[in-house]
Amino acid sequence: MKRVQFEHSPIPYLFVAPQIIIIVIFFLWPAGQAVYQSFLLEDAFGLSSRFVWFRNYSDTIFSRAWLQAFNFTIIFSMLVTFLSLGLALLLAVKANEVIRGASTYKTMLMWAYAIAPPVAGLMGNLMFNPLIGDLYSLMNAIGFDFDHKLQAADASFVVVLISVWKQVSVNFIFFLAGLQGIPKSVNEASILDCKSSFRRFWTITFPLLAPTTFFLMVINITYAFFETFGIIDTTTQGAPGGATTTLVFKVFQDGFRGADIGGSSAQSVVLMLLVLGLTVIQFRFIEKKVHY
Amino acid sequence: MERTRISTHIILICGAMFMTLPVWIAFATSTHAPETILREGLQFWPGGNFLKTYKEVLFVEGGVMKKVTAITMLKNSLILGIGFAVGKVIVSMLAAYAIVYFRFRFAVPLFWVIFMTLLLPLEVRIIPSYKVVADLGLLDTQAGLIIPLIASATGTFFFRQFFRSVPDELLEAARLDGATAWGFFKDILVPLSKTMIAAILIIMFVVGWNQYLWPLIMTTKEENYTLVIGIKQIYQVLSEGGEIPQFQKAFAMTILATLPPVLVVLIFQNWFVKGLVESEK
Repeated sequence: MKRVQFEHSPIPYLFVAPQIIIIVIFFLWPAGQAVYQSFLLEDAFGLSSRFVWFRNYSDTIFSRAWLQAFNFTIIFSMLVTFLSLGLALLLAVKANEVIRGASTYKTMLMWAYAIAPPVAGLMGNLMFNPLIGDLYSLMNAIGFDFDHKLQAADASFVVVLISVWKQVSVNFIFFLAGLQGIPKSVNEASILDCKSSFRRFWTITFPLLAPTTFFLMVINITYAFFETFGIIDTTTQGAPGGATTTLVFKVFQDGFRGADIGGSSAQSVVLMLLVLGLTVIQFRFIEKKVHY
Repeated sequence: MERTRISTHIILICGAMFMTLPVWIAFATSTHAPETILREGLQFWPGGNFLKTYKEVLFVEGGVMKKVTAITMLKNSLILGIGFAVGKVIVSMLAAYAIVYFRFRFAVPLFWVIFMTLLLPLEVRIIPSYKVVADLGLLDTQAGLIIPLIASATGTFFFRQFFRSVPDELLEAARLDGATAWGFFKDILVPLSKTMIAAILIIMFVVGWNQYLWPLIMTTKEENYTLVIGIKQIYQVLSEGGEIPQFQKAFAMTILATLPPVLVVLIFQNWFVKGLVESEK
């Protein structure tokens, strides 16, 4: 808050009004509805509903399909986060070293930020199309019995590959900014102290990047949870047998395709709680970042 | 400084190829005849069908109902991208101004309400949101598409951060000169935030253009499709028909859906990077 402020008056209410009205109508109300619906069970025709306490929750959490989606989401987020962060960090460190062609490399590595996940998914899907996709033939040619339509591992591979591809650019931008924020004098001093550039990276540069890395981890996990919906919907659609279904995709599937409002609301609420948990973690890291 | 090693360049070139080749191949393939693609697979060099494919995709009606062209979807996407960006900047600047510059009774609870929206993305409350918009009769309208997306407060936090970095002396001086609340906002704060506004507009345009799940459930009429959701429908139709699968059209659509946001990011690269990095602090 500012030291100097305007006096009491109705004016500030006018300024926040648009935001608050939008939030109440399109955020608080639906979020409340989700919680309310999650306690109701509708009949098959949606004509009547009754209050069933936590039945939707227990039905959700203990169902095999949900547990499968939960496990996949966790493994998937970890893979996507780890791979895209690792790749982006390597590229950012290298891009920070070069002088010649630095801006060209930078542009080519970051522009994919602008591509929508579903568009990336569609492109990837076309490239893995058995009729024309060279990636499909390549995978089979190098000895895999590759079929992402039938085999769970292959389908996961396709989804992870596209999700990582899409996320590298954001991570690259932040890592590069982080690297450029390290004072030149620190780099020069470390060069005097330590000959091996590999060791220098892990003992000096990487610890200095820790706040950026923590922050990006949260961003990436959120991305893997939510934004990859577009990639999954345009590639595997959760198949084969639900092997690539994430929690968000399942909410959508059950709610819109299956018209199971109560169950899908319960799933939404569980997801909200998961996200809240993530945010608490994020806050502890931001705290760290400030004290750094 | 050490001399840059060859290996550094090799790694960077591999990375750059990994990030750009798929899109290049999508473009090159889109300029070939469907027979060629089916016979030979993906193409690396551009073919001679560029004009033919893109003309067909842009101007000939496609889709299940044969009612929509890429031009219509392009228009819808632009409305969504620009409407979302402008709406978000206006709403969030006003809210941030009130929060930073005024002392008022409900400031703290209101701040927490706004803050809460950051925690819960649209995806987790998608079905009730759909119901609300349907009850308000806003399905298949631009307002129903754009306004619920503005509810999340990312922009508000960005401007709050920025306004707090503005020196207090400015307000003191302005008040000595008798500036009103609105006058200070309009004549001093907005001009001061120009670069920040530009950066946020660019990022939000890309975010808005790339929306998928919300437009997917919100729009039922093909005339209202945006490019990002339209490509999927058209792709399904193209590959299910009895004729040769029109892969070149599917690729052309992905290129069209990619081009505008990519251009915006490339042209305004510096602002965009600054805005992105600053906004997350």
